[in-house]
Amino acid sequence: MENSLTGSINLTEGRKAVIIIENLSKQFGNHKVLVNLNLTVFEEENVVILGKSGCGKSVLIKCIIGLIKPQRGHIFVTGTDITSIKYDKMDQMRTKIGFLFQSNAIYDSMTVRENLEFPLRRNRVNISQDQINKLVCEALENVGLLHTIDMMPSELSGGMLKRIALARIIILKPKIILYDEPTSGLDPVTAAEIENLILELKKKYHTTSIIISHDMNCVKKTADRVILLLDGSCYAAGTYADFQNSNDINIKQFFQ
Amino acid sequence: MKLTMTVLQFLEDTGNLSRFTARYFAIGFRKPFETRELFRQCYNIGYKSFTLVSLTSLIIGLVLTMQLRPSLVKYGVESRLPIMVGIAIIREIGPVVAALIFAGKIASSIGAELGSMKVTEQIDAMEVSGTNPFKYLVATRVLACTIMLPILIVMADAIALVGAFIGINIQGVTSLRLFFSEIFNSLELTDILPSYIKTYFFGFVIGIVGAYKGYNAVKGTRGVGNAANSAVVLASVLIFIIDLLAVQITEILGLN
Ligand SMILES: Nc1ncnc2c1ncn2[C@@H]1O[C@H](COP(=O)(O)OP(=O)(O)O)[C@@H](O)[C@H]1O
Ligand SMILES: [Mg+2]
Repeated sequence: MENSLTGSINLTEGRKAVIIIENLSKQFGNHKVLVNLNLTVFEEENVVILGKSGCGKSVLIKCIIGLIKPQRGHIFVTGTDITSIKYDKMDQMRTKIGFLFQSNAIYDSMTVRENLEFPLRRNRVNISQDQINKLVCEALENVGLLHTIDMMPSELSGGMLKRIALARIIILKPKIILYDEPTSGLDPVTAAEIENLILELKKKYHTTSIIISHDMNCVKKTADRVILLLDGSCYAAGTYADFQNSNDINIKQFFQ
Repeated sequence: MKLTMTVLQFLEDTGNLSRFTARYFAIGFRKPFETRELFRQCYNIGYKSFTLVSLTSLIIGLVLTMQLRPSLVKYGVESRLPIMVGIAIIREIGPVVAALIFAGKIASSIGAELGSMKVTEQIDAMEVSGTNPFKYLVATRVLACTIMLPILIVMADAIALVGAFIGINIQGVTSLRLFFSEIFNSLELTDILPSYIKTYFFGFVIGIVGAYKGYNAVKGTRGVGNAANSAVVLASVLIFIIDLLAVQITEILGLN
Protein backbone atom coordinates (compact mmCIF):
# COMPACT_ATOMS: atom_id res chain seq x y z
CA MET A 1 0.00 0.00 0.00
CA GLU A 2 3.04 2.20 0.46
CA ASN A 3 3.18 4.65 -2.30
CA SER A 4 6.72 5.75 -3.04
CA LEU A 5 6.40 9.19 -4.49
CA THR A 6 9.47 9.17 -6.68
CA GLY A 7 12.56 7.15 -7.25
CA SER A 8 14.72 10.04 -6.15
CA ILE A 9 15.99 8.39 -2.99
CA ASN A 10 17.48 4.99 -3.19
CA LEU A 11 16.85 3.50 0.20
CA THR A 12 18.59 0.23 0.15
CA GLU A 13 21.87 0.95 -1.52
CA GLY A 14 24.66 -0.09 0.80
CA ARG A 15 23.00 1.09 3.97
CA LYS A 16 22.34 -0.85 7.13
CA ALA A 17 18.79 -1.11 8.39
CA VAL A 18 18.60 -0.17 12.09
CA ILE A 19 14.87 -0.48 12.70
CA ILE A 20 12.72 -2.88 10.71
CA ILE A 21 9.01 -2.94 11.42
CA GLU A 22 7.02 -5.78 9.87
CA ASN A 23 3.23 -6.09 9.73
CA LEU A 24 2.74 -4.24 12.96
CA SER A 25 -0.83 -4.17 14.26
CA LYS A 26 -2.16 -2.64 17.43
CA GLN A 27 -5.70 -2.07 18.56
CA PHE A 28 -7.21 -0.81 21.78
CA GLY A 29 -10.48 -2.64 22.29
CA ASN A 30 -12.16 -2.41 18.92
CA HIS A 31 -10.26 0.66 17.90
CA LYS A 32 -7.66 -0.33 15.31
CA VAL A 33 -4.78 2.11 15.59
CA LEU A 34 -2.00 0.44 13.61
CA VAL A 35 -2.83 -1.95 10.79
CA ASN A 36 -0.13 -4.04 9.10
CA LEU A 37 2.40 -1.29 9.25
CA ASN A 38 5.78 -1.78 7.57
CA LEU A 39 8.71 0.58 7.92
CA THR A 40 12.47 0.36 7.67
CA VAL A 41 14.79 3.00 9.06
CA PHE A 42 18.43 3.05 7.98
CA GLU A 43 21.59 3.95 9.80
CA GLU A 44 22.10 7.68 10.43
CA GLU A 45 18.81 8.55 8.83
CA ASN A 46 16.25 11.04 10.13
CA VAL A 47 12.80 9.75 9.32
CA VAL A 48 9.94 12.13 9.98
CA ILE A 49 6.49 10.68 10.58
CA LEU A 50 3.66 12.90 9.55
CA GLY A 51 0.04 12.27 10.36
CA LYS A 52 -3.12 13.72 11.82
CA SER A 53 -3.32 13.86 15.54
CA GLY A 54 -4.73 10.66 17.00
CA CYS A 55 -3.63 8.55 14.03
CA GLY A 56 -1.23 6.46 16.10
CA LYS A 57 2.15 8.13 15.71
CA SER A 58 2.93 8.02 19.41
CA VAL A 59 1.63 4.47 19.64
CA LEU A 60 4.03 3.48 16.87
CA ILE A 61 7.17 4.81 18.56
CA LYS A 62 6.03 3.56 21.96
CA CYS A 63 5.87 0.11 20.41
CA ILE A 64 9.47 0.53 19.29
CA ILE A 65 10.64 1.23 22.84
CA GLY A 66 8.41 -1.46 24.32
CA LEU A 67 6.07 0.80 26.28
CA ILE A 68 3.14 -0.56 24.28
CA LYS A 69 2.88 -4.21 23.27
CA PRO A 70 1.55 -4.72 19.74
CA GLN A 71 -0.88 -7.56 19.01
CA ARG A 72 0.83 -8.66 15.83
CA GLY A 73 4.00 -8.04 13.89
CA HIS A 74 7.69 -7.73 14.61
CA ILE A 75 10.00 -4.88 15.40
CA PHE A 76 13.70 -5.51 14.84
CA VAL A 77 15.99 -3.01 16.47
CA THR A 78 19.62 -3.55 15.47
CA GLY A 79 18.67 -7.10 14.60
CA THR A 80 16.85 -8.04 17.81
CA ASP A 81 13.11 -8.63 17.73
CA ILE A 82 11.93 -6.55 20.66
CA THR A 83 8.39 -7.93 20.53
CA SER A 84 9.61 -11.26 21.87
CA ILE A 85 12.36 -10.51 24.37
CA LYS A 86 12.35 -10.64 28.16
CA TYR A 87 12.16 -7.72 30.51
CA ASP A 88 15.87 -7.58 31.38
CA LYS A 89 16.91 -7.90 27.73
CA MET A 90 14.52 -5.09 26.91
CA ASP A 91 16.23 -2.90 29.50
CA GLN A 92 19.53 -3.52 27.74
CA MET A 93 18.00 -2.63 24.39
CA ARG A 94 16.55 0.52 25.85
CA THR A 95 19.98 1.90 26.70
CA LYS A 96 20.55 2.05 22.94
CA ILE A 97 17.31 3.95 22.33
CA GLY A 98 16.52 7.45 23.52
CA PHE A 99 12.91 8.58 23.76
CA LEU A 100 11.97 12.25 23.89
CA PHE A 101 8.47 12.43 25.36
CA GLN A 102 6.03 14.99 24.06
CA SER A 103 5.51 16.20 27.63
CA ASN A 104 9.30 16.06 28.32
CA ALA A 105 8.65 13.79 31.31
CA ILE A 106 11.26 15.58 33.44
CA TYR A 107 11.12 14.24 37.03
CA ASP A 108 9.75 17.32 38.72
CA SER A 109 10.76 16.30 42.23
CA MET A 110 14.43 16.17 41.24
CA THR A 111 16.94 18.85 40.28
CA VAL A 112 18.28 19.02 36.74
CA ARG A 113 21.44 17.25 37.91
CA GLU A 114 19.48 14.42 39.53
CA ASN A 115 17.35 14.08 36.43
CA LEU A 116 20.44 13.50 34.34
CA GLU A 117 22.11 11.25 36.91
CA PHE A 118 19.07 8.99 37.10
CA PRO A 119 19.55 7.03 33.84
CA LEU A 120 23.32 6.87 34.43
CA ARG A 121 23.09 5.37 37.90
CA ARG A 122 20.42 2.98 36.74
CA ASN A 123 22.27 1.65 33.74
CA ARG A 124 25.94 1.84 34.61
CA VAL A 125 26.76 -0.06 37.73
CA ASN A 126 30.21 0.78 39.12
CA ILE A 127 30.31 4.25 37.60
CA SER A 128 32.20 6.69 39.84
CA GLN A 129 30.84 10.03 41.04
CA ASP A 130 33.56 11.85 39.10
CA GLN A 131 32.56 10.16 35.88
CA ILE A 132 28.91 10.94 36.56
CA ASN A 133 29.66 14.61 37.12
CA LYS A 134 31.72 14.78 33.96
CA LEU A 135 29.03 13.15 31.82
CA VAL A 136 26.27 15.31 33.31
CA CYS A 137 28.20 18.50 32.57
CA GLU A 138 29.05 17.32 29.08
CA ALA A 139 25.43 16.52 28.28
CA LEU A 140 24.23 19.86 29.62
CA GLU A 141 26.92 21.72 27.67
CA ASN A 142 25.69 20.00 24.52
CA VAL A 143 22.29 21.60 24.96
CA GLY A 144 23.73 24.89 26.24
CA LEU A 145 22.20 24.71 29.71
CA LEU A 146 25.11 24.03 32.05
CA HIS A 147 24.07 26.96 34.27
CA THR A 148 20.76 25.29 35.16
CA ILE A 149 22.44 22.24 36.70
CA ASP A 150 21.24 22.84 40.25
CA MET A 151 17.83 24.29 39.39
CA MET A 152 14.46 22.61 39.83
CA PRO A 153 12.42 21.87 36.68
CA SER A 154 9.68 24.25 37.87
CA GLU A 155 12.12 27.15 37.43
CA LEU A 156 12.68 26.42 33.73
CA SER A 157 10.79 27.37 30.57
CA GLY A 158 9.20 24.91 28.16
CA GLY A 159 12.04 25.18 25.66
CA MET A 160 14.64 24.68 28.38
CA LEU A 161 12.81 21.61 29.68
CA LYS A 162 12.79 20.17 26.18
CA ARG A 163 16.55 20.66 26.01
CA ILE A 164 17.06 19.13 29.47
CA ALA A 165 14.99 16.16 28.33
CA LEU A 166 17.28 15.86 25.31
CA ALA A 167 20.35 16.07 27.53
CA ARG A 168 18.95 13.28 29.71
CA ILE A 169 18.68 11.14 26.59
CA ILE A 170 22.09 11.80 25.07
CA ILE A 171 23.85 11.16 28.36
CA LEU A 172 23.62 7.43 27.57
CA LYS A 173 24.85 8.02 23.99
CA PRO A 174 22.01 6.11 22.34
CA LYS A 175 22.34 4.90 18.76
CA ILE A 176 18.68 5.64 18.10
CA ILE A 177 16.55 8.58 19.22
CA LEU A 178 12.76 8.71 18.96
CA TYR A 179 11.34 12.22 19.14
CA ASP A 180 7.63 12.63 19.93
CA GLU A 181 6.61 16.04 18.57
CA PRO A 182 9.80 17.79 19.68
CA THR A 183 8.70 21.27 18.62
CA SER A 184 5.00 21.26 19.43
CA GLY A 185 3.97 23.97 21.85
CA LEU A 186 7.18 25.96 21.36
CA ASP A 187 7.56 29.39 19.81
CA PRO A 188 9.22 29.44 16.33
CA VAL A 189 12.59 30.65 17.65
CA THR A 190 12.82 27.98 20.33
CA ALA A 191 11.52 25.40 17.89
CA ALA A 192 14.34 26.30 15.50
CA GLU A 193 16.85 25.84 18.32
CA ILE A 194 15.52 22.35 19.01
CA GLU A 195 15.66 21.50 15.30
CA ASN A 196 19.30 22.62 15.20
CA LEU A 197 20.04 20.48 18.23
CA ILE A 198 18.50 17.45 16.53
CA LEU A 199 20.78 17.98 13.55
CA GLU A 200 23.84 18.61 15.72
CA LEU A 201 23.25 15.47 17.73
CA LYS A 202 22.96 13.44 14.59
CA LYS A 203 26.27 14.79 13.32
CA LYS A 204 28.06 14.37 16.63
CA TYR A 205 26.82 10.97 17.74
CA HIS A 206 25.77 9.49 14.37
CA THR A 207 22.31 8.69 15.62
CA THR A 208 19.41 7.25 13.72
CA SER A 209 16.17 9.09 14.45
CA ILE A 210 12.45 8.89 14.07
CA ILE A 211 10.84 12.29 14.50
CA ILE A 212 7.12 12.82 14.84
CA SER A 213 5.98 16.25 13.75
CA HIS A 214 3.21 18.32 12.21
CA ASP A 215 5.39 21.37 12.05
CA MET A 216 6.39 21.73 8.39
CA ASN A 217 9.41 23.90 9.25
CA CYS A 218 10.69 21.13 11.44
CA VAL A 219 9.96 18.53 8.78
CA LYS A 220 11.74 20.55 6.12
CA LYS A 221 14.80 21.08 8.24
CA THR A 222 15.26 17.70 9.85
CA ALA A 223 13.86 15.10 7.46
CA ASP A 224 15.96 12.87 5.25
CA ARG A 225 12.78 11.00 4.49
CA VAL A 226 9.13 11.70 5.28
CA ILE A 227 6.49 9.06 5.95
CA LEU A 228 2.79 9.82 6.00
CA LEU A 229 0.81 7.69 8.40
CA LEU A 230 -2.81 7.22 7.40
CA ASP A 231 -5.39 4.70 8.57
CA GLY A 232 -2.81 2.86 10.60
CA SER A 233 -0.18 2.23 7.96
CA CYS A 234 2.37 4.07 5.83
CA TYR A 235 0.47 5.87 3.11
CA ALA A 236 3.36 7.58 1.39
CA ALA A 237 7.11 8.00 1.64
CA GLY A 238 9.51 10.45 0.05
CA THR A 239 11.68 13.49 0.58
CA TYR A 240 10.29 16.79 1.77
CA ALA A 241 10.44 18.10 -1.80
CA ASP A 242 8.52 15.07 -3.05
CA PHE A 243 5.79 15.79 -0.54
CA GLN A 244 5.73 19.47 -1.36
CA ASN A 245 5.25 18.78 -5.05
CA SER A 246 2.72 16.03 -4.58
CA ASN A 247 -0.82 16.37 -5.84
CA ASP A 248 -2.17 13.77 -3.46
CA ILE A 249 -5.06 15.23 -1.50
CA ASN A 250 -4.01 13.58 1.74
CA ILE A 251 -0.53 15.04 1.46
CA LYS A 252 -1.55 18.53 0.36
CA GLN A 253 -3.54 18.98 3.57
CA PHE A 254 -0.31 19.33 5.50
CA PHE A 255 0.95 22.22 3.39
CA GLN A 256 -1.97 24.57 3.95
CA MET B 1 -29.94 2.53 37.80
CA LYS B 2 -27.49 4.94 39.34
CA LEU B 3 -27.08 2.61 42.29
CA THR B 4 -26.27 -0.40 40.10
CA MET B 5 -23.70 1.71 38.28
CA THR B 6 -22.09 2.70 41.56
CA VAL B 7 -22.06 -0.88 42.81
CA LEU B 8 -20.61 -2.16 39.54
CA GLN B 9 -17.98 0.54 39.60
CA PHE B 10 -17.08 -0.34 43.18
CA LEU B 11 -16.75 -4.02 42.29
CA GLU B 12 -14.60 -3.25 39.30
CA ASP B 13 -12.45 -0.98 41.43
CA THR B 14 -12.05 -3.70 44.02
CA GLY B 15 -11.10 -6.24 41.37
CA ASN B 16 -8.47 -3.96 39.87
CA LEU B 17 -7.15 -3.07 43.30
CA SER B 18 -6.78 -6.78 44.12
CA ARG B 19 -4.83 -7.30 40.93
CA PHE B 20 -2.65 -4.32 41.77
CA THR B 21 -2.05 -5.78 45.23
CA ALA B 22 -1.16 -9.16 43.75
CA ARG B 23 1.35 -7.41 41.51
CA TYR B 24 2.86 -5.74 44.56
CA PHE B 25 3.48 -9.09 46.22
CA ALA B 26 4.69 -10.65 42.98
CA ILE B 27 7.35 -8.10 42.08
CA GLY B 28 7.65 -5.72 45.02
CA PHE B 29 10.14 -7.89 46.85
CA ARG B 30 12.26 -8.99 43.92
CA LYS B 31 15.91 -8.02 43.86
CA PRO B 32 17.48 -5.55 43.48
CA PHE B 33 15.80 -3.69 46.35
CA GLU B 34 15.33 0.03 46.06
CA THR B 35 16.72 0.57 49.55
CA ARG B 36 17.71 4.22 49.12
CA GLU B 37 14.32 5.20 47.82
CA LEU B 38 12.64 3.20 50.61
CA PHE B 39 14.51 5.11 53.32
CA ARG B 40 13.76 8.40 51.61
CA GLN B 41 10.06 7.55 51.51
CA CYS B 42 10.00 6.39 55.15
CA TYR B 43 11.56 9.67 56.21
CA ASN B 44 9.24 11.71 53.99
CA ILE B 45 6.09 9.95 55.05
CA GLY B 46 6.91 9.99 58.75
CA TYR B 47 8.04 13.58 58.70
CA LYS B 48 5.03 14.78 56.72
CA SER B 49 2.43 13.31 59.02
CA PHE B 50 4.09 13.45 62.45
CA THR B 51 2.92 16.92 63.49
CA LEU B 52 -0.64 16.46 62.33
CA VAL B 53 -1.02 13.03 63.89
CA SER B 54 0.48 14.28 67.19
CA LEU B 55 -1.77 17.29 67.37
CA THR B 56 -4.97 15.41 66.64
CA SER B 57 -4.05 12.64 69.09
CA LEU B 58 -3.36 15.11 71.86
CA ILE B 59 -6.72 16.77 71.33
CA ILE B 60 -8.61 13.47 71.08
CA GLY B 61 -7.08 12.27 74.36
CA LEU B 62 -8.02 15.50 76.07
CA VAL B 63 -11.54 15.70 74.71
CA LEU B 64 -12.32 12.05 75.30
CA THR B 65 -11.39 12.41 78.97
CA MET B 66 -13.49 15.50 79.43
CA GLN B 67 -16.47 13.88 77.74
CA LEU B 68 -16.26 10.69 79.76
CA ARG B 69 -15.89 12.29 83.16
CA PRO B 70 -19.54 13.38 83.78
CA SER B 71 -20.90 9.87 83.13
CA LEU B 72 -18.34 8.28 85.40
CA VAL B 73 -19.02 10.84 88.12
CA LYS B 74 -22.72 10.03 87.86
CA TYR B 75 -22.07 6.36 88.60
CA GLY B 76 -19.47 7.17 91.21
CA VAL B 77 -16.60 5.54 89.38
CA GLU B 78 -14.59 8.64 88.57
CA SER B 79 -11.48 6.91 89.82
CA ARG B 80 -11.70 4.51 86.85
CA LEU B 81 -11.32 7.39 84.39
CA PRO B 82 -7.64 6.77 83.52
CA ILE B 83 -8.28 3.09 82.80
CA MET B 84 -11.36 3.77 80.70
CA VAL B 85 -9.58 6.39 78.65
CA GLY B 86 -6.43 4.32 78.37
CA ILE B 87 -8.26 1.31 77.02
CA ALA B 88 -10.37 3.35 74.64
CA ILE B 89 -7.31 5.07 73.25
CA ILE B 90 -5.07 2.05 72.90
CA ARG B 91 -7.64 -0.38 71.59
CA GLU B 92 -9.57 1.81 69.22
CA ILE B 93 -9.44 5.59 69.14
CA GLY B 94 -5.68 6.06 68.86
CA PRO B 95 -5.08 3.71 65.93
CA VAL B 96 -8.21 4.65 63.99
CA VAL B 97 -7.90 8.40 64.35
CA ALA B 98 -4.20 8.34 63.48
CA ALA B 99 -4.86 6.07 60.51
CA LEU B 100 -7.61 8.35 59.20
CA ILE B 101 -5.41 11.41 59.52
CA PHE B 102 -2.58 9.49 57.89
CA ALA B 103 -4.92 8.45 55.08
CA GLY B 104 -5.95 12.06 54.51
CA LYS B 105 -2.37 13.22 54.42
CA ILE B 106 -0.45 10.36 52.81
CA ALA B 107 -2.91 8.47 50.58
CA SER B 108 -3.78 11.76 48.92
CA SER B 109 -0.19 12.84 48.51
CA ILE B 110 0.85 9.48 47.05
CA GLY B 111 -2.21 9.54 44.78
CA ALA B 112 -1.45 13.06 43.58
CA GLU B 113 2.27 12.50 43.18
CA LEU B 114 2.03 9.26 41.22
CA GLY B 115 -1.00 10.61 39.35
CA SER B 116 0.87 13.63 38.09
CA MET B 117 3.90 11.49 37.28
CA LYS B 118 1.63 9.22 35.30
CA VAL B 119 -0.08 11.94 33.26
CA THR B 120 3.17 13.78 32.51
CA GLU B 121 4.72 10.49 31.31
CA GLN B 122 7.36 10.48 34.07
CA ILE B 123 6.45 6.89 34.89
CA ASP B 124 6.99 5.89 31.26
CA ALA B 125 10.27 7.81 31.27
CA MET B 126 11.42 5.76 34.25
CA GLU B 127 10.51 2.58 32.51
CA VAL B 128 12.50 3.44 29.40
CA SER B 129 15.55 4.38 31.44
CA GLY B 130 15.90 0.88 32.79
CA THR B 131 14.00 1.23 36.04
CA ASN B 132 10.94 -0.75 36.97
CA PRO B 133 8.62 2.08 38.01
CA PHE B 134 6.35 -0.27 39.92
CA LYS B 135 9.22 -1.32 42.15
CA TYR B 136 10.80 2.09 42.37
CA LEU B 137 7.65 4.15 42.97
CA VAL B 138 4.90 1.84 44.20
CA ALA B 139 6.68 -0.86 46.18
CA THR B 140 8.82 1.61 48.13
CA ARG B 141 5.89 3.81 49.08
CA VAL B 142 3.62 0.96 50.11
CA LEU B 143 6.35 -0.60 52.24
CA ALA B 144 7.21 2.77 53.75
CA CYS B 145 3.57 3.28 54.79
CA THR B 146 3.42 -0.22 56.25
CA ILE B 147 6.55 0.42 58.30
CA MET B 148 5.84 3.99 59.36
CA LEU B 149 2.17 3.93 60.35
CA PRO B 150 2.60 1.48 63.27
CA ILE B 151 5.48 3.59 64.59
CA LEU B 152 3.40 6.75 64.26
CA ILE B 153 0.48 5.09 65.98
CA VAL B 154 2.56 4.04 68.99
CA MET B 155 3.65 7.66 69.29
CA ALA B 156 0.11 8.86 68.71
CA ASP B 157 -1.19 6.59 71.51
CA ALA B 158 1.42 7.95 73.88
CA ILE B 159 0.58 11.54 72.97
CA ALA B 160 -3.17 10.86 73.30
CA LEU B 161 -2.53 9.49 76.79
CA VAL B 162 -0.66 12.67 77.64
CA GLY B 163 -3.72 14.54 76.36
CA ALA B 164 -5.87 12.42 78.65
CA PHE B 165 -3.57 13.20 81.55
CA ILE B 166 -4.01 16.90 80.88
CA GLY B 167 -7.78 16.36 80.67
CA ILE B 168 -7.79 14.70 84.07
CA ASN B 169 -5.73 17.45 85.60
CA ILE B 170 -8.14 20.13 84.48
CA GLN B 171 -10.45 18.97 87.27
CA GLY B 172 -8.80 17.10 90.06
CA VAL B 173 -5.13 16.19 90.30
CA THR B 174 -3.13 13.10 89.63
CA SER B 175 0.57 12.68 89.09
CA LEU B 176 1.86 11.59 85.69
CA ARG B 177 3.44 8.54 87.29
CA LEU B 178 0.31 7.48 89.07
CA PHE B 179 -1.74 8.03 85.92
CA PHE B 180 0.45 5.86 83.74
CA SER B 181 1.00 3.15 86.31
CA GLU B 182 -2.74 2.90 86.78
CA ILE B 183 -3.24 2.46 83.06
CA PHE B 184 -0.42 0.03 82.48
CA ASN B 185 -1.28 -2.09 85.47
CA SER B 186 -4.71 -2.78 84.09
CA LEU B 187 -3.68 -3.21 80.45
CA GLU B 188 -3.19 -6.71 79.16
CA LEU B 189 -1.39 -8.04 76.16
CA THR B 190 -4.76 -8.71 74.53
CA ASP B 191 -5.49 -5.00 74.70
CA ILE B 192 -2.31 -4.05 72.96
CA LEU B 193 -1.36 -6.78 70.52
CA PRO B 194 -4.45 -7.03 68.27
CA SER B 195 -4.71 -3.29 67.92
CA TYR B 196 -1.01 -3.05 67.17
CA ILE B 197 -1.18 -5.75 64.53
CA LYS B 198 -4.06 -4.08 62.74
CA THR B 199 -2.03 -0.88 62.32
CA TYR B 200 0.20 -2.73 59.84
CA PHE B 201 -2.87 -3.46 57.75
CA PHE B 202 -3.96 0.16 58.00
CA GLY B 203 -0.55 1.32 56.77
CA PHE B 204 -0.47 -1.18 53.95
CA VAL B 205 -3.96 -0.29 52.75
CA ILE B 206 -3.24 3.43 52.78
CA GLY B 207 -0.09 2.94 50.73
CA ILE B 208 -1.54 0.53 48.22
CA VAL B 209 -4.75 2.53 47.66
CA GLY B 210 -2.84 5.80 47.18
CA ALA B 211 -0.44 4.15 44.76
CA TYR B 212 -3.22 2.33 42.89
CA LYS B 213 -5.26 5.47 42.37
CA GLY B 214 -2.22 7.49 41.31
CA TYR B 215 -0.83 4.80 39.04
CA ASN B 216 -4.16 4.59 37.21
CA ALA B 217 -4.86 8.31 37.00
CA VAL B 218 -6.39 9.43 33.72
CA LYS B 219 -5.05 12.30 31.66
CA GLY B 220 -6.33 15.80 32.15
CA THR B 221 -6.40 18.29 34.97
CA ARG B 222 -9.17 16.48 36.81
CA GLY B 223 -7.41 13.14 36.64
CA VAL B 224 -4.82 13.97 39.29
CA GLY B 225 -7.34 15.61 41.61
CA ASN B 226 -9.66 12.65 41.29
CA ALA B 227 -6.82 10.24 42.01
CA ALA B 228 -5.94 12.04 45.24
CA ASN B 229 -9.53 12.45 46.29
CA SER B 230 -10.72 8.93 45.61
CA ALA B 231 -7.58 7.54 47.27
CA VAL B 232 -8.54 9.19 50.56
CA VAL B 233 -12.16 8.08 50.32
CA LEU B 234 -11.36 4.46 49.49
CA ALA B 235 -8.54 4.23 52.05
CA SER B 236 -10.78 5.62 54.81
CA VAL B 237 -13.59 3.20 54.03
CA LEU B 238 -11.15 0.29 53.97
CA ILE B 239 -9.71 1.35 57.35
CA PHE B 240 -13.15 0.98 58.92
CA ILE B 241 -13.70 -2.35 57.19
CA ILE B 242 -10.36 -3.66 58.48
CA ASP B 243 -11.24 -2.37 61.93
CA LEU B 244 -14.51 -4.28 61.80
CA LEU B 245 -12.80 -7.45 60.60
CA ALA B 246 -10.08 -7.11 63.23
CA VAL B 247 -12.57 -6.98 66.08
CA GLN B 248 -14.39 -10.03 64.70
CA ILE B 249 -11.17 -11.99 64.35
CA THR B 250 -9.96 -11.19 67.86
CA GLU B 251 -13.40 -12.20 69.12
CA ILE B 252 -13.24 -15.55 67.35
CA LEU B 253 -9.70 -16.18 68.54
CA GLY B 254 -10.83 -15.40 72.05
CA LEU B 255 -8.34 -12.57 72.42
CA ASN B 256 -10.88 -10.17 73.77
N1 LIG C 1 -3.22 3.39 26.27
C1 LIG C 1 -4.21 3.58 25.40
N2 LIG C 1 -5.44 3.04 25.62
C2 LIG C 1 -6.43 3.21 24.74
N3 LIG C 1 -6.34 3.93 23.63
C3 LIG C 1 -5.16 4.52 23.35
C4 LIG C 1 -4.04 4.38 24.22
N4 LIG C 1 -2.99 5.05 23.69
C5 LIG C 1 -3.46 5.60 22.55
N5 LIG C 1 -4.75 5.27 22.34
C6 LIG C 1 -5.55 5.67 21.17
O1 LIG C 1 -4.78 5.45 20.04
C7 LIG C 1 -4.97 6.49 19.11
C8 LIG C 1 -3.63 7.02 18.66
O2 LIG C 1 -3.02 7.71 19.72
P1 LIG C 1 -1.63 8.45 19.56
O3 LIG C 1 -0.64 7.52 18.98
O4 LIG C 1 -1.30 9.02 20.89
O5 LIG C 1 -1.96 9.60 18.53
P2 LIG C 1 -0.94 10.63 17.88
O6 LIG C 1 -0.80 10.22 16.46
O7 LIG C 1 -1.60 11.96 17.98
O8 LIG C 1 0.34 10.57 18.64
C9 LIG C 1 -5.83 7.53 19.78
O9 LIG C 1 -7.12 7.44 19.24
C10 LIG C 1 -5.85 7.14 21.22
O10 LIG C 1 -7.12 7.39 21.77
MG1 LIG D 1 1.19 11.79 20.02
